[in-house]
Amino acid sequence: MNELEVTLRVNGESRVARCEQRTTLADFLRGKLGLTGTHLGCEHGVCGACTVLVDGASARSCLMLAVQAQGQEITTIEGLGTPENPHLLMRAFSEMHGLQCGFCTPGFILSAHEYLREHPRPDRESMRTELSGNICRCTGYVKIFEAVERAAEMMAETEGASS
Amino acid sequence: MKPASFEYHAPTELTEALQLLASIGEGARPLAGGQSLFPMLNLRLARPEALVDLNRIEALAYHRLEGDTLVVGALCRQRDIERDVEVLRRCGALADAMPLIGHVGIRNRGTVLGSLAHADPSAEWPTLAVLLDATIEVASLEARRQIPARAFFKGLFATDLRPGELVVEARFPLPSAGAGSAFVEVARRHGDFAIGAAAAVVSIGPDGKVADARLALGGFDSVPIRATPDPASVSDQVHPVDDIHAPASYRRKLAETLAGRALDLAERRAREETRR
Repeated sequence: MNELEVTLRVNGESRVARCEQRTTLADFLRGKLGLTGTHLGCEHGVCGACTVLVDGASARSCLMLAVQAQGQEITTIEGLGTPENPHLLMRAFSEMHGLQCGFCTPGFILSAHEYLREHPRPDRESMRTELSGNICRCTGYVKIFEAVERAAEMMAETEGASS
Repeated sequence: MKPASFEYHAPTELTEALQLLASIGEGARPLAGGQSLFPMLNLRLARPEALVDLNRIEALAYHRLEGDTLVVGALCRQRDIERDVEVLRRCGALADAMPLIGHVGIRNRGTVLGSLAHADPSAEWPTLAVLLDATIEVASLEARRQIPARAFFKGLFATDLRPGELVVEARFPLPSAGAGSAFVEVARRHGDFAIGAAAAVVSIGPDGKVADARLALGGFDSVPIRATPDPASVSDQVHPVDDIHAPASYRRKLAETLAGRALDLAERRAREETRR
């Protein structure tokens, strides 16, 4: 069945597993590495739930193969933070009720991570277009935007405190 | 596991990729950004025998300005163009169109030439190529040939590409200094494929009147078309069909409206340019 060994850099660690050539990055992360924080929704690039960072740039992990990701740095939601030590975006989503069912949240947080890197001072207009690749069926998006804005505030405070 | 099984190849040289395409024949599909191909694989609308992945061929990952021409290699991501301030400054239509293509995560991986080769009539790049009279260079093991954009698109998802050929470069002559250009579309949601799109280039003569105008329309026919730049006659120049999103009559009206908007915006930008 065209099996091969795939070695990926995921969240700063080297991970190896055997899979079929046709295994998508999303299925590899979830099924082979047990990183089930990456959610699979539509599996054809519409919903954005499976968004991960590939060398820092957001990508739909259902639209690439695991074997294609070799040699690149993959960041999943597990790489951003943990329940004990949550990322500021995770804290902000929780604080501002930026989620209800939570299915879209990992993808949203990774997209927001990329967005805030490029827009440290977020504004609603750019957020609406830049985060349009993720679909949420619960919140109506307003709470998500408020969470991203709150995360930006928290990041600015942290930076101010450390400098 | 969604896609049907295939043989995966990841060549690092263009010649190697062309050899694979030639030896496997029609069962081979080149894979660039994969943002159109993977949905088709996952839905099993496409079941290629083999994928020839171009992502390891670094020599194809480029874009540059050569004078007034934007030259784009087969691995140039749409996001690379979107981030090139100089290119966007030179062509308003390109600057308008980039944020309309899918979403950030799609543009991070999706390639310009992949969009051309996919030939969706409502996609932005094919319409831009027809507007700007781009030239598309294709290569096979035997030869290279250059195809004008208007001859490249043959029908719905159909191009002039022959088996064994790969799109390797596209050259987009940008509007000359003093000209203005614009791209407008209507989609049901941001990032969706457009119901229709219009793009225009307008230049103003020394007498202050419009000296030259070009109009391209996408999504109304099976291929993007060039039309007489007169909004009133546009609805007779397109051949839309009914579908679940809109009836043909609405689309004809839309073509007229979008043509008017694109031409107006391009003219306004041209006047701003000439005033400078």
